[in-house]
Amino acid sequence: MTKDRTIAILMSVACLAVALGFVLPEWMLFLANIAIGKALVVLGLLLLWRCGVVPFGQALFFAGGGYAVGLLGLYFGLTDIFLLTVVAALVGGVLSALAGLLLARYRGIFFTMLSMAFSMILYGVLVKTEALGSTDGIGLKRVTLMGWKPDEHFELAMYIFAVLLGLISSAAMHVYLQSVPGRLAEPIRGNEVRVEYLGMSVRRLMHLNLIIAGVFAGLGGAVTAFSVGHIDPEMAYWTTSGGFVFITILAGTGSVLAPFVGALMFEVIRTLAFAYVPEYWQIILGGALLASIFFLPGGLWSLFTMLKERQSNDANH
Amino acid sequence: MTPIIEVINLEKTFGSVVAARDINLKIETGQIIGIIGANGAGKTTFVNMVTGYLKPTSGEIHYQGRDITGLAPEDLTRIGLTRSFQIAQVFPALSTSDNVLMAVGATDRFRGRCGFLEPLSSPKRNARVMQILKEYDLVAHARQPAGELPQGVRKLLDIAMAVASEPSAILLDEPTSGVSAEDKFTIMDRTIGALKEASITTLFVEHDMDIVARYADRVLAFVDGTIIADGRPDQVFSDIRVRELIVGEVIERAAQNNKAAREAENA
Repeated sequence: MTKDRTIAILMSVACLAVALGFVLPEWMLFLANIAIGKALVVLGLLLLWRCGVVPFGQALFFAGGGYAVGLLGLYFGLTDIFLLTVVAALVGGVLSALAGLLLARYRGIFFTMLSMAFSMILYGVLVKTEALGSTDGIGLKRVTLMGWKPDEHFELAMYIFAVLLGLISSAAMHVYLQSVPGRLAEPIRGNEVRVEYLGMSVRRLMHLNLIIAGVFAGLGGAVTAFSVGHIDPEMAYWTTSGGFVFITILAGTGSVLAPFVGALMFEVIRTLAFAYVPEYWQIILGGALLASIFFLPGGLWSLFTMLKERQSNDANH
Repeated sequence: MTPIIEVINLEKTFGSVVAARDINLKIETGQIIGIIGANGAGKTTFVNMVTGYLKPTSGEIHYQGRDITGLAPEDLTRIGLTRSFQIAQVFPALSTSDNVLMAVGATDRFRGRCGFLEPLSSPKRNARVMQILKEYDLVAHARQPAGELPQGVRKLLDIAMAVASEPSAILLDEPTSGVSAEDKFTIMDRTIGALKEASITTLFVEHDMDIVARYADRVLAFVDGTIIADGRPDQVFSDIRVRELIVGEVIERAAQNNKAAREAENA
């Protein structure tokens, strides 16, 4: 058995990413922040994917996190980044605990459509409610770090925060995925009856996994809101959820690092396509998804796995 | 002493079909019980009700003196009552050893021997998996995905996973169905041997009377959803109704099969 070095790898990647932050231009930092915001959501999707369900409504909890940040700023003048992050995670968790009461009972297309329905209800509420900013959304005050306002290097500060949050989140998810309930995700997809006869309640496990995914989606919403400085109902729209599913497919579910690789790739493709072929950027994005499904059905992460296998084969010969 | 399992007036109906009726039964700890009966006699319905897969229409099931009627499978597994399946229930994409590891991990979890975020894989649990694989002769298949295992091996894995939860009583639903004639005794030797050694009370549904006679120390004969004979194998097999309705049918069927085979040979 090989020793698990995932946490060490995550820390190295985070250190490298922080170092890069000091040399990269601001627009790239912004792009990375958006990517990390999405990657956090996809981290939760990875878990649900392993359980065999595909939510098309994860934007509900993403928007929940974003709006928690926006509304706390608007009505209570709160700007502390740590406090806002914790509240966003809680809101994501509570919303998914509620939606999970129903979602945990469904599988397949019913699960997918029900999750989408929930997120579209929130979208409808956000669009129609004046107090929640309606279609215009809410502009955010710049966040502060323990009373300090990082005005000059705002983007860099947000970037470092996002990288560290990404590190903590992916490490936490990795630990969970190795635990008994985490490892039971794939068995749930494989055979629910057997899981129950192993003494585990599938419904309770699914509910727990939905809550965990909701917490990560809330964190993703917060990171996005901090960096963009504005939130609008689009965050809850079903195409936002579709984007998360897109990244999950592109990334693969083999590792907790995969969502970050996938989300970065997604943002890079989208940004480049939008910059160079503004009329056809959706076609480019669609083509990338098709290519990924045809040539890399295991996602980008399968490239690393293949490389590793080849290395160990070479070592054996 | 309280019987480990007691069934009182158990009944199950599906619409107008009566699948089980008037089932009354006491099982003592450590017994190995064979359940016989023609297809549709209610054997599997009985197993399904005792193990929480089906809710009885009426009646009570007690386990270690406690009413467990209508409890969910996971609750029953947790208190030590489990089962294997006629069609092996495994995780097809996982390797044989990972299948067992899941069972061992789940057990450690609900028995409070594994923290919430503690890794599933640990030297202690891996050693336990190895021990179970050896006990059920699965070592050669350890790394093979369970979905690719031969039928007989998969059934052994199914039983091994049930036993991994450290039950006090287990119900085996046709452990030898779909298994070739020459493998049947191997599987039963392995299984019953291991279960006896762990002093687990065992009920097994079986169509092969030779197997029942060899392994059971008590036999329940089902006809039309109820038990018509209950006793030592020789007593039950000499019961006139059992001979006519169950054993007789088997003999007749075997004769028909032989006849068909002869005709096929002649043709």
